[in-house]
Amino acid sequence: MSDFTWGLIQIVGVHTILGLSAYVILLTGQVSMAQAGFVAIGAYVAGMLTVLAEWHIIPSMITGGLAAAVLACIVGFPALRVRGLMLVVATIAFGEFVRLFWFNFDYRIAKGDIVVGPEGGEGFKQIRFFPENGWTTQDVAIFIWIVTAIILAALWWMDRSRAGKVLRAVGEDEMAAQSVGINLTVVKVSAFTAGGFIAGIAGALYAHYTTHIEHLNFDILMATFAIAYPILGGLANVWGTLFAAIFIQVIVIEVLRDLGDVRNLMFGALIILVMNFLSHGLFSAQVVRKLKEWTRLGRPSDA
Amino acid sequence: MLEVVNLSKHFGGVRAVDELDFRVEAGEIFGLIGPNGSGKSTTVNLIAGIFSPTGGTIVFDGEDITEAPPHVTLHAGIARTFQNIRLFNNMTVWENLWVAQNSAEQKRTGNPLARWMGGSRRAAAAVEEYLDFSNLAHKRDELAGNLAFGEQRRLEVARALAAQPKFLLLDEPAAGMNLEEVKELDERLRVLRDRGVTILLVEHVMELVMEVTDRIAVLNFGRKIAEGTPSEVQQNQAVKDAYLGAGEGGADA
Repeated sequence: MSDFTWGLIQIVGVHTILGLSAYVILLTGQVSMAQAGFVAIGAYVAGMLTVLAEWHIIPSMITGGLAAAVLACIVGFPALRVRGLMLVVATIAFGEFVRLFWFNFDYRIAKGDIVVGPEGGEGFKQIRFFPENGWTTQDVAIFIWIVTAIILAALWWMDRSRAGKVLRAVGEDEMAAQSVGINLTVVKVSAFTAGGFIAGIAGALYAHYTTHIEHLNFDILMATFAIAYPILGGLANVWGTLFAAIFIQVIVIEVLRDLGDVRNLMFGALIILVMNFLSHGLFSAQVVRKLKEWTRLGRPSDA
Repeated sequence: MLEVVNLSKHFGGVRAVDELDFRVEAGEIFGLIGPNGSGKSTTVNLIAGIFSPTGGTIVFDGEDITEAPPHVTLHAGIARTFQNIRLFNNMTVWENLWVAQNSAEQKRTGNPLARWMGGSRRAAAAVEEYLDFSNLAHKRDELAGNLAFGEQRRLEVARALAAQPKFLLLDEPAAGMNLEEVKELDERLRVLRDRGVTILLVEHVMELVMEVTDRIAVLNFGRKIAEGTPSEVQQNQAVKDAYLGAGEGGADA
């Protein structure tokens, strides 16, 4: 396969993780437009660790995720007080705050005969952990997908455990969830923290495969993509988000590349269509149930 | 068991509940009735912790729960249903019960590892019991939102029971039910009482209230206008007036 194809595989992997970061929060019924901010934190922190501190990618990535998780946890508390549209506005504001922080953040040190580090509006160049260590595009793509698979598996397992049911119960009906003994504060803040951690991981990977990041990468468009995948794919399980990330990045953005700007229009139209006609996404709980029934046709029904 | 003292809740100038006093003894079915807008649901929401009262206290089992939020009152032993059914619609019947059973169990044992120490099996067994009790076993894999109305009402009661409460707040559980379903509910409430669950029943369906309750308090405009056994309440002139909407002097009807 060509480097182009492996590059595309990298993008799809990172965008899947991005979508999953919003998925966790959406399960509790909260729409977070702050995911791009959490991605930025993961990207810059992990980038600085590999470039300036010369750490390995794995501890850097995890530290970047933890840094984003700490911020997300802090954002989670005010998010308890606002909901619906106001939460969207509040999280957009937070995302912009983070973006502008990096816009003004300048910390460079000399490394050999070049100066490296984040340089405010110029961005953060030369995040060259992968090329310096001889990783090919293919190696990087495989690494990204191993991480993606781990996160998919972890969330799939969580969905089936008590934690997943509790998140869903809060998303379904907050008052009913409280009345069965669920502490809303703990659940919502935990969801934000987990979503922040996952977004931070996505950021760390993003910074290293592009090798050059700047504040404009983490704008409202990225935040929109983050929530678009789980909304399009549906919240019944993690596979909807995976499917939507592949569909958008491969079909809408790459295969239809010749259509140019019309793709943006299609992306918008797709979201409007899904929200109007399939308000629970392509793979809603109802649809997944039907699919399971079809695949079980051979089994005697117990009705 | 539950003691409501001088309880008030004002919404702006509206006194939804006004200096209300009543006591529910352990092991009884206590009815709370009154015309529309008399403050019954507000009282339930105050006890459950959805609202914080303007004044007064609520004591349950010797514990002051006046300001306790809903999840805390649940863990104190009070479970509830809602007037407008509130289920987790995109979750299955089994999941609706399981999530309730689980959060209660975990809190009670105080052991976060409980479910790896056989807790999960116990939870599943308990859920089966509530499925059977509510006659929903054949619907276990159905999404709650797809159930018929009567089944949703039963599921909501079952979900409240899954938290293994000492005290059950039922807010109009018979609303919209046919006569046969009301009869079934009547039987279930008696079984629950015999198992030691104390019940506060808010209800409009008089056939049920007069049949099943031990004592009744009647509210009108947020105040208690009568209290006693079903037959005492039925004889009470103030109650008749409130229900018949009598004006000055009390019309004959």
